[in-house]
Amino acid sequence: MEDKAIYTENLTKRFGNFTAVDQISFEVEKGEIFGFLGANGAGKTTAMRMLCGLSHPTSGKGNVAGFDIAREPEKVKQNIGYMSQKFSLYEDLKVWENLRLFGGIYGMKSKEIAVKTDEVLQELELERERETLVKSLPLGWKQKLSFSVSIFHEPKVVFLDEPTGGVDPVTRRQFWELIYQAAERGITVFVTTHYMDEAEYCNRVSIMVDGKIEALDTPKNLRQQFEVSTMDDVFQQLARRATRKAD
Amino acid sequence: MKQFRSFVRKEYYHIFRDKRTMLILLAMPIVQILLFGFAITTEVKDVKVAVFDPSKDASTQRIKERINTSEYFTIAEELTNIDQINDIFKYGKINLVIVFSENFAENLLHTGEAKVQLIADGTDPNQASTLTGYVSGILGSYQQELMEQYQVPFQIIPETRMLYNPQLKSAYNFVPGVMGLILMLICAMMTSIAIVREKETGTMEVLLSSPMKPIYIILAKAVPYFTLSIVNLITILLLSVFVLGVPVSGSLFWLAILSLLFVFVALALGLFISTLVNTQMAAMLASGMGLMMPIMLLSGMMFPIESMPPVLQWVSAIVPARWYIEAVKKIMIQGVELQYIAKELVIIGVMAISLIMLALSKFKTRLS
Repeated sequence: MEDKAIYTENLTKRFGNFTAVDQISFEVEKGEIFGFLGANGAGKTTAMRMLCGLSHPTSGKGNVAGFDIAREPEKVKQNIGYMSQKFSLYEDLKVWENLRLFGGIYGMKSKEIAVKTDEVLQELELERERETLVKSLPLGWKQKLSFSVSIFHEPKVVFLDEPTGGVDPVTRRQFWELIYQAAERGITVFVTTHYMDEAEYCNRVSIMVDGKIEALDTPKNLRQQFEVSTMDDVFQQLARRATRKAD
Repeated sequence: MKQFRSFVRKEYYHIFRDKRTMLILLAMPIVQILLFGFAITTEVKDVKVAVFDPSKDASTQRIKERINTSEYFTIAEELTNIDQINDIFKYGKINLVIVFSENFAENLLHTGEAKVQLIADGTDPNQASTLTGYVSGILGSYQQELMEQYQVPFQIIPETRMLYNPQLKSAYNFVPGVMGLILMLICAMMTSIAIVREKETGTMEVLLSSPMKPIYIILAKAVPYFTLSIVNLITILLLSVFVLGVPVSGSLFWLAILSLLFVFVALALGLFISTLVNTQMAAMLASGMGLMMPIMLLSGMMFPIESMPPVLQWVSAIVPARWYIEAVKKIMIQGVELQYIAKELVIIGVMAISLIMLALSKFKTRLS
């Protein structure tokens, strides 16, 4: 099991009487792009927070990048990147200052940060915006920059919580190219999304309904299993089983 | 350590790039000191006084002259009938009536005792007590003069004692109050807003999922506001000494120690507020209603604690600013030794420690 990027065993989170995440068990291979799907309120964000060390599991086991999420959350944090649903850069800092800040937080050396900054800006074609305050960048660029920040310290696993919300299709396409590049470098990508066309880009997807994982396979196998032609139909069929209200 | 440094630098950027807020933070103490020092003043100048003087002798003449020539009073009317007094206040032009007893000089010189009645308009109790205080001061100096002249004891009743602030300068009262207010405002309000802002924008989640320890996140936030409040403290002290003429008669060192302790209390309160609320607006309201109002109303800055009903006096005991302002008054104006402010130091110290413990235990390392 130690060679998996992520594995969980009956991972559960309860808030009082409410079981947000109900005994989920799954594995994610290294370098895999893993889609984590589910309607609003299905428990995706809670599950992801436990995996990131932001929330303590009620019961069950979880292991991320080789560390136990309950016993070694600090080591987990050192080895992951996280891009939150809300925009997660500092608007009143310049582009390069954001990169330097997060490099510094993950304990990178100044020289390393300088080299990596040039690399990232070149990759994103943002060299001319180096001194620009982030708040004056267009949304699409902000999202791409935000992703680059989350993998700036070369984590083993990166968690993306609905990273492409509110972004136009062209930028979304570019965003996914960045995700593929990261996966090719060996970074495991764990991504939640509402866009079913994006689910098709993942190596494997899981679909959560009412706190449980109801389906987990490659997009192709899932379509065959449910005898439908798109991931959207798969999702609709499963989501209809939900008894829980969306929040 | 490098983590911490990069984080503190970021906090400074936040503050310096928000020019408007920074201007407010730096200008606020100056404006408040000048406002409280000059505009909102309980000092009196050229107050109109009426006199009823049935004896009309040398002594009452001398006293009236003195009152009239002082910068505080102008004698506007000489009353001829004691019944006029009731009416005269109703017109609102006269704020104080001085009534001499009959045969004033005779009584004074032969029995050594004479009576003066001071009638003030009680609708503004602060001003009333100020006015009677001033007149008593003038009477006292006249009495002093007589005693030197005749080498016999004389007594003019009433006698009022005034300690530490013989001119009843209101700035003496407000400088410590403004210090308490500003420190609380900057440390508590701004710190809580800065922390809650990160919750609101979602960056707090990213920070908490990083290896950065939550305690460092908090400390790094406190550093720039700590610096700012030191700058403000220095500004206030310079203004009060050189512009308002309020001296620092006691030890500057203990004043600094006291202020630092109070800053810790304020920072802990700010942190505590940030753990209770989730929006910047709520943080602002909580610190505005929960901290500013009690300081203005219950700390003794505007209304004397002694004249509050007992219930409010108890409530005021848990307002940290009350103890701070009291101790600052003692050090700055009375210039007392350390042992006289020990009680306040201990109270503020205990408040600081318990609030920091409470806030840290409440501050969740995990978001859930």
